[in-house]
Amino acid sequence: MDMTQPKPVRRLDADTKLVPLPRHIRIPDSLPQDEPRSNRQPASFVSSARDERPLVPTIDRMRIEQVSIDYGSKRAVREVSLPVRQGEVLGLIGPSGCGKTTLLRSLNRLTELTRSAHLSGRITLDGTDISELEPTALRRRVTMLFQQPNPFPMSIFDNVAYVLREQAKRKPRRGALRPQVEEALAHAGLLDEVKDNLDHPALRLSGGQQQRLCIARALAARPEVLLLDEPCSALDPQSTTVIEDLIVKLREELAIVIVTHNLQQAYRIADHVAFMYLGELVEYAPARTLFANPKQDRTREYVSGAFG
Amino acid sequence: MAVVDEFLLEAEEPRFSEDQRAELWLGALVCGVVIALLAMVVFIVAQGWPSFAHNGLSWFGSGGKVDDQLTRIAQSGGSGKAVYTFRAWPLIWSTFLTTAGAVVISFIASLFVAVFMVEFAPAPLQRLLEPVIRLLASVPSVVYGLIGVLVVVPFIFHHLISNQMQASVQPVISLSGESLLAAVVILTFMISPIMISIFAEGLRAVPRGWLEGSIALGVNRWRSFWNVAVLTARPALISGTVLATARALGEAVMLSMVGGTVGFAPNPADGLLLFVEPTRGLSATILQNNDEFGSGPMKHTLFAIAAVLLFSSLMLSLTGWAAKQPMKRYFNVGGAAA
Amino acid sequence: MSATGAPLPTSADGSPWRLSDRLGLAFAWLMGLLFCAVCAAIVIFLVVQGVRYLRPDMLWTNPKVGFNENETGGFLAEITGTVLVTATALVIAVPLGIGVAVWLTEYGRPTALARVVESTVEMFAGAPSIVLALFGVIVFQAPFLAFLSATTQGHAYGKSFFAAGAMLSLLALPIVVANVREGLRAIPDHVREVSYALGKTKITTIRRVLLPSARPSVITGTMIGAGHVIGDTAIIVLLLGGTYTAQAVGHIPLLNVLRGTDSTLTSFIYANAPTGELNQPQKAYAAAVVLLAMVFLLNVVVDISGRKARELKWT
Repeated sequence: MDMTQPKPVRRLDADTKLVPLPRHIRIPDSLPQDEPRSNRQPASFVSSARDERPLVPTIDRMRIEQVSIDYGSKRAVREVSLPVRQGEVLGLIGPSGCGKTTLLRSLNRLTELTRSAHLSGRITLDGTDISELEPTALRRRVTMLFQQPNPFPMSIFDNVAYVLREQAKRKPRRGALRPQVEEALAHAGLLDEVKDNLDHPALRLSGGQQQRLCIARALAARPEVLLLDEPCSALDPQSTTVIEDLIVKLREELAIVIVTHNLQQAYRIADHVAFMYLGELVEYAPARTLFANPKQDRTREYVSGAFG
Repeated sequence: MAVVDEFLLEAEEPRFSEDQRAELWLGALVCGVVIALLAMVVFIVAQGWPSFAHNGLSWFGSGGKVDDQLTRIAQSGGSGKAVYTFRAWPLIWSTFLTTAGAVVISFIASLFVAVFMVEFAPAPLQRLLEPVIRLLASVPSVVYGLIGVLVVVPFIFHHLISNQMQASVQPVISLSGESLLAAVVILTFMISPIMISIFAEGLRAVPRGWLEGSIALGVNRWRSFWNVAVLTARPALISGTVLATARALGEAVMLSMVGGTVGFAPNPADGLLLFVEPTRGLSATILQNNDEFGSGPMKHTLFAIAAVLLFSSLMLSLTGWAAKQPMKRYFNVGGAAA
Repeated sequence: MSATGAPLPTSADGSPWRLSDRLGLAFAWLMGLLFCAVCAAIVIFLVVQGVRYLRPDMLWTNPKVGFNENETGGFLAEITGTVLVTATALVIAVPLGIGVAVWLTEYGRPTALARVVESTVEMFAGAPSIVLALFGVIVFQAPFLAFLSATTQGHAYGKSFFAAGAMLSLLALPIVVANVREGLRAIPDHVREVSYALGKTKITTIRRVLLPSARPSVITGTMIGAGHVIGDTAIIVLLLGGTYTAQAVGHIPLLNVLRGTDSTLTSFIYANAPTGELNQPQKAYAAAVVLLAMVFLLNVVVDISGRKARELKWT
């Protein structure tokens, strides 16, 4: 241990030499004060314009019937019943931990990857119980997009062609795959931006582009249902707009389920909205109705921002 | 406002001497270590140079029995006229066979074990495999050699070598069970743990999101893992292979116990008999001749062999580094480091 | 559908688990179980043989010359030899390794020098120990290093604990460097910033703050390096002289042993194997069990300190 005296702390005293501040630095006399609370506008997005969308014929693709999901002894989803229709976007909203992501993941049996998960009830795809289908075959018809864009560390072309290569019995030639890859990219609205760079690494794209690449990758397999788990929460507003427009366009040929905690986003793009709380389905209604005139008190509290 | 606020305190004396001194001392230490290591390389090459100079490129060629040549070299050290004639090809071929054989088999086995360990093994087996691999990695090579000599070699001698085989190669070499097969088998188990632990580390570093993405697209777990994780972990695969090959190249003790003491290179012309013929590589040759050099030609010859070994492992590292470069383009997550 | 008109593979294709996939998984299982089995076989075999041949008095008797297996004593000198040579090697390797690792992580200027240092140390990580041994033989025979070993008739003998320890330290050095670097890198920057903000110099920060925090890595690196040193035979055979008991040289208490020659467990096993000079396999088995027990113990220590290191999580 060093036992010598610590060096003395420098202090200002009569002998301290001072150096004048440069001219352009001015210290103001007072700091700006907070605006008074009463002047703030309450947030309200319901009154803002929402594009009227053309009506699209809808059919039931999937039915969720009295589904309950347990993780060990903890019940994550309690007896939820919902239809998933092609031609419309179903929005799942609710506070964190309400079971919406669990419910989403059960639609393509991703919950089975967790050992302690147990599902009771029935989920059908076009009338067939999904537990009777081969999981991998199911997942090609019901595809999922995740919150963090996760393109594979390969070229853009290889990413989109991934599932196509897996499905083919014999390894297809690159030329044979090209038209399908370009079609999927066009579908996702990405083709113009990457047309000349299909061999570039996918990880070099921006966040929004990566997410659209993931959509293209999912679309290449011609799924029937598209599940989206908070797809825009990691993206900037501009990319979010692009992807939201894409989702609205895609609903004509796919059934889309989107989980989001962004209420404005749900209002913008969903046709029907299901509000879940602590695993229960509290209210299910067309989007406008649910946000403007919610029937349940809890729904009213949630959409007006009382809790979240 | 006080006058003081509008002025700055005079700048303090920068206090550097203690830190700068420390940096200089540490830097000197590091330089010293590096210089010592590099001097070693230079020394080895310089000591081996006379042997290369006298033999030229045919040092790497074949011609004559290695053991006889070595004896002559050793004997000539005492007398006036130094003999340097040395044809190392049998040793090089032998080293190549054992190393390549062990590395190829070990790579396949280790890759599957690593994949199994990281993803597909049930939890209790996973917990068991980790200490198992670590234990296998820490068994000293001389113990592997002991087990080889006392278990594997007699097994080969009694069960795989028939009298007929013995007779067919009688004039040239006698088959005693110390053989290429024994060497490769034991070397495989020696270097596999190195590969397995580096492969597993690389596989574990792959982001879960990619794997889940592939599964969500409808590809089964096995293919998903191979397509995504193994692809991403390629730099780790290369690192592991390079390290294991370096270990295999330098293995002297176990090989000299299990491969035989004769400087014979297994002959492909003998067909399958190749596997039960004795073999002695470069490293084992140095080890077995360690008593016989004082100075002179023997010393130079052995150092020449050492220089070849050193150069090989250097080339190996460089090849590994070069092979990893094009892969960096596609990842910003690089798998295991180095 | 597809522009080329080729039929699109249907998404409900038969069984997505192809035969090659199943075979692959089966092979993976096979390999995993095989390695477990081999490990178990090695351990059980050695333990069984060791129990047959290891008598407790072997652990504290020196080897003696004799014809009968039972008369030839034990291998105490070899055990002490192993311990001594490992200690010598670590005494050299650990401070050097810490110094190099600290310089690489905390300083590292100029960058070109740092890369040269990194590459050199990594290059030696793969260097064959036989090459190091060969080098050591010549170097330690040089006249100016004669004080490190015995001298006969004016020529330095060149084989001693010093010689072996010095070369063995080169085996352990890259491992210590790698581990300590990892340990230092794991310490987040704000710890250093706090120390500097308090007015401490860099070197004091390193000595008082960083290295104590990196202690688990230092221990891990040391133990793993020790494992490699204990298990090495080539350097020992060439550089330790191979006498079956410790032959001290000179009169200064510890230094005379270090200047002298001896055997270690590894060279003892090498000599007693059927391929060695003595050909007493029973002794070899006994020594092998003791050696394995030592190495196993080291592994356990590494495990425990590794677990402690993980508990020291920096959030």
